[in-house]
Amino acid sequence: MNAKISFRDVSRTFPMKRTTFTALDEVSLDIGDEEFVTVVGPSGCGKSTLLNLAAGLAVPTSGEVLVDGKPVTGPGPDRGVIFQQYALFPWLTVRGNVEFGLKLASVPATERRRRAERAIELVGLTDFADALPKTLSGGMKQRCAIARAYAVDPQVLLMDEPFGALDALTRVQLQDQLLDTWSRDRRTVLFVTHDVDEAVYLARRVVVMAARPGRIQSVIEVDLPYPRTEAIRLSPEFARIRNAVWTAVYHQTPAATTAA
Amino acid sequence: MSSTETPVKRATPVRESAGPAREPRRRGRPRIPALALNLIALVAGIGLWAWLASLGIQALPGPAAVADKAGELIADGTLADDALASLRRVLIGFALGTLLAVPVGFLMGWYPVARGLLEPYVQFFRTVPPLAMIPLAIVLLGIGEVPKIFVIFLAAFLSSVVAAFQGVVGVERTLIDAARVLGAHDGTIFLKVVVPASAPFILVGMRIGLGSAWGTLVAAELIAAQEGLGYQMQKAQLYYDLPTIFVGLITIGLLGLLMDRLLLLAERRLTRWQETR
Repeated sequence: MNAKISFRDVSRTFPMKRTTFTALDEVSLDIGDEEFVTVVGPSGCGKSTLLNLAAGLAVPTSGEVLVDGKPVTGPGPDRGVIFQQYALFPWLTVRGNVEFGLKLASVPATERRRRAERAIELVGLTDFADALPKTLSGGMKQRCAIARAYAVDPQVLLMDEPFGALDALTRVQLQDQLLDTWSRDRRTVLFVTHDVDEAVYLARRVVVMAARPGRIQSVIEVDLPYPRTEAIRLSPEFARIRNAVWTAVYHQTPAATTAA
Repeated sequence: MSSTETPVKRATPVRESAGPAREPRRRGRPRIPALALNLIALVAGIGLWAWLASLGIQALPGPAAVADKAGELIADGTLADDALASLRRVLIGFALGTLLAVPVGFLMGWYPVARGLLEPYVQFFRTVPPLAMIPLAIVLLGIGEVPKIFVIFLAAFLSSVVAAFQGVVGVERTLIDAARVLGAHDGTIFLKVVVPASAPFILVGMRIGLGSAWGTLVAAELIAAQEGLGYQMQKAQLYYDLPTIFVGLITIGLLGLLMDRLLLLAERRLTRWQETR
């Protein structure tokens, strides 16, 4: 399997008043093409930093991040990013938001409209295409943000706790919608979350991280078939893996005996 | 009145004093429309003025005398000429002031180096009332149109530059990140994200700037003006011509109100997308 995203001995430190804060300590991780990987861990474990490095919104202090074998030098439309706070442009309508990236890519008007329409339809917002973000619910805002990312057709989706601010029901709906889309287009997904259930339900592999310093604690394979359904969510197999991830997240060994 | 509302902190303030006890009473009584109340206040005010004038206090002219004078000044065209002269000064000064304030504010918000270099001057001159610059302006710029417009320009510039700066500083980081990951470069981010996101601040700054510009007008027209509302009032003062002073005051007030409402309208249109509305 070819690595789509590679983290090679990546460290990221932030200077503090007297010491330095190590957000990531020599992290290495390969994410395969078409793979769905979730990253879960306690706050401060560097999971968002990991995602920002892949997005090109942050630079590693040492080590390197490769996408398609090429070092990441900055953000780019080949990697779509979904933020927890939606980050919609509030002065643009749903359509305007979705077309934003297409305009930057100088996609001609008719083609742009068609692609935006398709992305909006994909997330079920067709009836709200001309609505301003302020009139949308949280779930609809995030669907709009997802449509905006899809519209530019990125090879990689980087999702930073995208469903963290949503209610449980909406979250489950969006998870299923995301998996449904992924099963069709098989974009590589790196999905950061603090929700163990979500991490297991979505991924083929769950990366469990530990804090202080931020590092990978373990990588747990999720040996469940796609498409994932409610039956899978309620199965004993799911419970077993979920428990393993839970234990890895909440009963972590201290930093001194760095586990890998 | 809603004349001083700003886009920040628009969230309805919790008024403790109103209390729940007052709720039922307010709901039960039919509400008099605000416009009707405004009109009642206006009529009452003019009535009070007429009554005071009829008492003969300090030779105060009554509403009728002022209206006569206004009719006279409108008929011979002097009021229109003066108002136009004043408006021209204010609008030129205001336009130049905001035109410069927006890029300077953006520079200060966007580049820390520019901020470090410009901020001492902006903060210093902000504490100097523009009117205090008049003596200097006369010495350096003479007594033509230039010093008057300069003082108005300064007033408008200083009040809107800080607003523009605050607007840029307040742009959400994630919006900029969202644009960057979609492939936007600095120039595009500036035009497509920073400018619209800070528009509410800039518009508020413009309204404050227009207020300051208008407020500086009369004093600026004390600099050897040949025409203008301030000049006309100054001249009327010499001749003890109170009605003309009143006409000048009312005209300044009405024009100021009109311009403020126009900007408010523009602000409402341009910032309709705001969540807090």
